[in-house]
Amino acid sequence: MASALINLPQRARRGEFIEVKTLVSHPMETGYRRSQLGVPIPQDIIRLFICTYNGEEVFRAELHPAIAANPFIVFSTVATASGTLEFHWTGDNGFSVTESVAITVD
Amino acid sequence: MLRPGAGLGALAAAALAVAASASAGDIPLPERRSGYDFTSRETRAMQDDDGANPGLLWVLEGEGLWKNKAGSAARSCADCHGDARASMKGVAARHPSFDAALGRPVDLEQRINACRLNQQKAPALAWESRELLALTAYVARQSRGLPVEAGADPRAQPFLDAGRAAFHRRQGQLNLACSQCHDDNWGRRLAGNVIPQAHPTGYPLYRLEWQSLGSLQRRLRNCLVGIRAEPYDYGAAELVDLELFLMWRARGMTIEAPAVRP
Amino acid sequence: MNENASRRQFLLAAGGAAAALGLTSVLHVRPASATPAAMQDAVSKVVGAARVGTGRVKLDLPPLVENGNAVPITVSVESPMTPADHVRAIHLFTEKNPQPEVVSFRFGPRAGRASVATRIRLADTQTVLAICEMSDGSFWSGDAAVVVTLAACLEDP
Repeated sequence: MASALINLPQRARRGEFIEVKTLVSHPMETGYRRSQLGVPIPQDIIRLFICTYNGEEVFRAELHPAIAANPFIVFSTVATASGTLEFHWTGDNGFSVTESVAITVD
Repeated sequence: MLRPGAGLGALAAAALAVAASASAGDIPLPERRSGYDFTSRETRAMQDDDGANPGLLWVLEGEGLWKNKAGSAARSCADCHGDARASMKGVAARHPSFDAALGRPVDLEQRINACRLNQQKAPALAWESRELLALTAYVARQSRGLPVEAGADPRAQPFLDAGRAAFHRRQGQLNLACSQCHDDNWGRRLAGNVIPQAHPTGYPLYRLEWQSLGSLQRRLRNCLVGIRAEPYDYGAAELVDLELFLMWRARGMTIEAPAVRP
Repeated sequence: MNENASRRQFLLAAGGAAAALGLTSVLHVRPASATPAAMQDAVSKVVGAARVGTGRVKLDLPPLVENGNAVPITVSVESPMTPADHVRAIHLFTEKNPQPEVVSFRFGPRAGRASVATRIRLADTQTVLAICEMSDGSFWSGDAAVVVTLAACLEDP
């Protein structure tokens, strides 16, 4: 599955903040739903989202079942140097997705 | 409608009038509004922003599947169709379309599966499966911004008429016809929701209620359950005929796939 | 199918069966919801014994939503975001969801601004609470009330 979509400007000026939009594919099964036969559907969610910028953590989110399916998180970071932003989602049942985007900072 | 006992000439004229004007209660083109116009500001913002629209996750997956070699013929969609941005432009806007081999209209999902079976020699993808939704979303996305053109083919006319009849037919335990909500009461509220005109310009779309992307057939089946009617099976001729009628009814409107709806 | 639809279907089926037996009974199948007290417990876990001031946190939520499955929310805190003075974390809570915690965002000075957006689930009409933790150890709160409407028709997936 095309797991994640990242949107951020690929070019920025040093010191300006850039807005990062992230979308990841995941049902975020709450654990509170039941099937039509009344059987509880087990909880299965993304627990953690971390963004690193040239290896240093710049943002983190700890998710609970109340985050909507296909989690959408928008945050900012300061453009410091050219390099790579890496995005890492982890969750139940060994869920793990990593995406990276290159950025040029003038 | 036709009056019993009318003269042959009057009957013929009346029949032409019905076919041409597309039945009483039909919404005239200037008044046709997409479901988009009936959703909240936040839902519209979700659709308009490609970085926020969850449907794009399926489009992206479809883009990947487009290049996958499949079946015993070991062919990918790209092997025959090249770059989808060029070859698939306008395709979703023309579906359901008449399939000469089958002698009836098929929708986009059926068209994709026909290619899988006949050209790729691969098994058909299941209805509402992730892969079929992804490919349909990817193909439909290439028609975004284009006007709906389905239903123009005269060979499809009898099927379009069957779809129209279904749209106007009362059914289910609630004994409701689609037209009663979507032609006669659009814009009014049903509990907390505003009733849209039911133009399928956004399909396949991300429905917040489903928390997933889904097809028009899924939505039609849901509506049938909503009026307590037995829903037709996926792929049923009745559903495709209805799809054809709905797309024809939306002719001239703009494709928005993949849309976002509550 | 969201939990409200399954609850409704279950109640319809149960009601039908009970009526057939000539019995009347109320079947409480709604999952145990958080109460305002449970939310306070969750907040206490985060802030400890510290006092929580009101203000500085701005919550942007639509006052009425068509569907509680995906409610867009933006939280922002006015802060210079310098190493000496910045927002360390923003926590979101609800009072009527099955559990009070929604999400915790953690920042540092590299965030540039303390502003996040996401989409959350709201099980019912309720208040959403945001608690922000500053680098000096102080806590601030802001809240917003949302009306959540349910889908008009039942549908099977």
